[in-house]
Amino acid sequence: MSPALIAALPFLGAALPALLIRTGRNNAASVSAVITGLALLGLLLHLPTVLAGGVVQSRIDWLPWLGLNINFWIDGLGMLFATLILGIGLLIILYARFYLSNKDPVGQFYTYLLLFQGAMVGIVLSDNILLLLIFWELTSLSSFLLIGYWKHLPAGRQGARMALTVTGLGGLSMIAGMLILGNIVGSYDISEILKHKDAIQASPMYLPALLLILGGAFTKSAQFPFHFWLPRAMAAPTPVSAYLHSATMVKAGLFLMARMWPVLSGTPEWFYIVAGVGLITMLIAAKIAIFKHDMKALLAYSTVSHLGLITFMLGLGTQAGALAAVFHIINHATFKAALFMSAGIVDHEAGTRDLTRVSGLRKLMPITFVIATIAALSMAGIPYFNGFLSKEMMLEAAAHTAFLGNAWIVPALATLAALFSATYAFRFISHAFFGPVSQDMPKTPHDPSFGMWFSPAFLTVLVVAIGVFPMAVAGPYVQMATNAVVGGGYHMHTLKIWHGLTPALIMSVIAVTGGLLFLAAHAPLQRLWDATPRPDAKVIFDWIVARVQGLSDWITQGLHNGAMARYLMLFTLASVGAGLYAFTTGTLGAQTRALTPVNGAAITAWLLLLTAAVCIVAFHHNRILALVLIGIVGLTVSMSFIYLSAPDLALTQISVEVVTAVLMLLALNFLPKVTRIESSRFKISFDVMLSVFAGVAVSGLIYALLMRDFAFAPMSGYMLQNSYNLAGGDNVVNVILVDFRGYDTYGEITVLGIAALVIFALTETLLQGASSRKLIAWRPDVARGGDKHPLMLLIVTRVMMPIALVVGLYIFLRGHNQPGGGFIAGLVVAIALVTQYMASGFAWTQARQKVYYHVLIASGVLVAGITGAGAFFNDMPFLTSDFGYFKLPGLEKFELATAAGFDLGVFLGVVGSVMLALGGLSRLARRAAMGEQDGEEGAHIAAEKPEARILAPLAAGPYPPEAKVPRRWWSTARAAQEATKAERDQVHENKMKNKEEDH
Amino acid sequence: MEVLVSSAIGVLTAAGIYMILRLRTFPVVIGMSLLSYGVNVFLFATGRLVVNQPPILRDGVTSYTDPIPQALVLTAIVISFGMTAVVVMLALGAFIEAGNDRIDLDESEGDQ
Repeated sequence: MSPALIAALPFLGAALPALLIRTGRNNAASVSAVITGLALLGLLLHLPTVLAGGVVQSRIDWLPWLGLNINFWIDGLGMLFATLILGIGLLIILYARFYLSNKDPVGQFYTYLLLFQGAMVGIVLSDNILLLLIFWELTSLSSFLLIGYWKHLPAGRQGARMALTVTGLGGLSMIAGMLILGNIVGSYDISEILKHKDAIQASPMYLPALLLILGGAFTKSAQFPFHFWLPRAMAAPTPVSAYLHSATMVKAGLFLMARMWPVLSGTPEWFYIVAGVGLITMLIAAKIAIFKHDMKALLAYSTVSHLGLITFMLGLGTQAGALAAVFHIINHATFKAALFMSAGIVDHEAGTRDLTRVSGLRKLMPITFVIATIAALSMAGIPYFNGFLSKEMMLEAAAHTAFLGNAWIVPALATLAALFSATYAFRFISHAFFGPVSQDMPKTPHDPSFGMWFSPAFLTVLVVAIGVFPMAVAGPYVQMATNAVVGGGYHMHTLKIWHGLTPALIMSVIAVTGGLLFLAAHAPLQRLWDATPRPDAKVIFDWIVARVQGLSDWITQGLHNGAMARYLMLFTLASVGAGLYAFTTGTLGAQTRALTPVNGAAITAWLLLLTAAVCIVAFHHNRILALVLIGIVGLTVSMSFIYLSAPDLALTQISVEVVTAVLMLLALNFLPKVTRIESSRFKISFDVMLSVFAGVAVSGLIYALLMRDFAFAPMSGYMLQNSYNLAGGDNVVNVILVDFRGYDTYGEITVLGIAALVIFALTETLLQGASSRKLIAWRPDVARGGDKHPLMLLIVTRVMMPIALVVGLYIFLRGHNQPGGGFIAGLVVAIALVTQYMASGFAWTQARQKVYYHVLIASGVLVAGITGAGAFFNDMPFLTSDFGYFKLPGLEKFELATAAGFDLGVFLGVVGSVMLALGGLSRLARRAAMGEQDGEEGAHIAAEKPEARILAPLAAGPYPPEAKVPRRWWSTARAAQEATKAERDQVHENKMKNKEEDH
Repeated sequence: MEVLVSSAIGVLTAAGIYMILRLRTFPVVIGMSLLSYGVNVFLFATGRLVVNQPPILRDGVTSYTDPIPQALVLTAIVISFGMTAVVVMLALGAFIEAGNDRIDLDESEGDQ
């Protein structure tokens, strides 16, 4: 099985338990076990190769230009870890099936477990550090789900959050370190990085990279001072604790240190940081564990301590250290998983796992007693159990280690830690299983069913087997993994129980004897411990989190306090600042273009534009005047486009001007007509200064650009050359829009349509509820003109309508070869329609309007899309165009291009969007006119057809009534009509009443 | 010509920025329109200023202005209409709902 598939299997299968839970918990558990078993089988098939020193690889290029490839490999280290992860995973799946109650969402549990398992396998099999980082973060996320599995427990949620914060931050630090490492080597493949020890250690970035990577490893493996999250994560269900804290999550940090051992270790920095931190962690955590009453908390701190031991061994940087680390990883995983599961069994059966409440369980649950005792004795380091062997190795290595030139300190501290370790292990056994049977337990415990004790029992068999026959059972595995850690060429001595009277044995004897003495003196020691004040990690953590949150609140509130003028000011300031920085630090090439001559017309237009712009600033308080002035600006800009060889732009700009003016006038119908002066003198002068500065900067920038030729040949050369040959069009701008860059245009009409739909949705909201009542009660703030629908305007627009439509058609058809096209034609037709609304009134026009604007937008996008998809039939990519010339009798030779179909889509989209947007505003205005006493009568001057008189009030609803619409729309429309009618009557009545009262 | 166009772009930008720093919706919308003009002309001008050489292919003519900025600006003009329409609608809705057309939230509103 390919390594990639082994890593992918748990992910692929993760959905199955969540689905199969509906058929029962057994099926969910079985399918998880099958998936895990398959992955394990696939892995073990490679075991012979890897044992022989080989490496199995699979490589898939993902983003090769970023160095991010899906490369997996199975070497000795990966094989060891993956076996532990999948093997213990299998045991946990079985155990959890019996541990979890039928109230727990078991399907979810197995899904999370498989996700976590996949992420872990991914870490240990990745041959690319970027890929490894992805899996690393996935373990943080999926372990968050697992730790917080009991969502109803606050401790579970808090523990999960804390674990995510600490390990997530560590992950970020590691990303930075890994990127530095990849940068030094020039490759992100681990197998490649491992070959460059000298380059990495000689680099000035070695220390930063080391610190950052260790930041990730120490947080994940709960090393001091980041150890505090691990005991809090014990709020998780016991199967999770057993899995995460024996074989997987916390071992990921160790794995990383072991993986990077060949290139990072061997320096004094590595030794003092890693060995120092490991030793301190081992000692402190072991001491705390002695005094924990909760069996799981005791085991949690002991886990931290043993992780410290392994870190310490890796930190030594010697082959003996690496061997001890690898061997202890195996041993710790076996006895600790068994211990966690035993603690879970006690909790499950007795209803409590408090060492002050349980005792004498030896008599009530003999099987559990045997399992837990064997595992705990292994943890204490008693001969013939596997923990003894690796602990001996640790003590032996410690005995030969000098720290800062002092030969005594390391052996002394290591012995002390071993002594503490023996103490808590003995306490675990004696307090829980010996002594009189406690009467304080919620339930009378007995041994659980086979399914529950099988998993820990299997592990204790391993504990004893390795303890008695280390070389036969674990030898090849240890040799294989150690060889991978030290980077090859390693030959292990035989693993033995008896080495003679070595310093390690003496230290061991001291530790075990001391442990027994401490156990005897436990009660007074516990009182002393309880009386000593200690810093609480959770309080410190919460304090830091609160400070960080306060800081981010302060920044956010400072920048985003709801004052938009301030955001815009800061935005302008920042842009100008960035520009200024670029200007002062960059260089400017020589001028290569001469000034283009000017003529009188250009100067006139320039003066017009300047005057209008300055007048807008000066007189903008009169809003109608500002609107007129901005019209002048728009027209001048259109003229300039014509003069500067851009006829298409001129046509577009001038038609957009018209619809914008209508839009603004519709808005001004409601908005106040005058802006009051509110800004202080200081704000005004500051704003003037800022905007003048920005204006000068932009001027300078574009002037510099205009006076220089293109730095590179512009790509428009290609388009000018091929516009006719490839797309059959002479108007290059249009060809770019509908052909060369058709995809952009396709996106653009979609965006335009979405904007129109947003406006429609806003209108719908405003036409309901409180705002609708406000609209009905609306009083215009300025006097209305006498005639709502002046006769002249009415007649002219109706006569113009067909002409305008023909012009639109003409502009559309010529667009491919002459200025014009779908955009402009769409705008022209929209203007023709809008003038009808303006002259004859919304109701009259809407009654004659048979097509929904929504439909126009949708059909526009569809037509353009279908035209584009048509290219698929010619085996061409999306939006590839085709064209040909045709001759029909009686007509000139003409061209048919598929691009015309696309342009038709653009045309429809533009018409629909513009009309829907403006129609929304009109509907608001109509709702407001409802309350006016004689509003409707005025509109009827134009309504020469009798049915319009009836339809006019109905048109206040969302749609022209006679058009076919889904039935459910009808009911809402009718309800709205009835509601508004009632409101209108109410308003009218009130007005009459007021009038009478006035009289 | 270059002096005229670049100074015009500067004036449009300056006026636009001044207007978007005002405190009511309508001047801000006007300011955005002015800024759009400025930006559109800026983009257009990156194709350099050329007189009487529209990018419409004709026989015997070999030199044309750069059509790409024109195509970009054409769509930009249409999109800026769509954007203006959405903003106007938002301004209108806020005015109808809140009864005033200020763009800054009050202290009390800001916390909600």
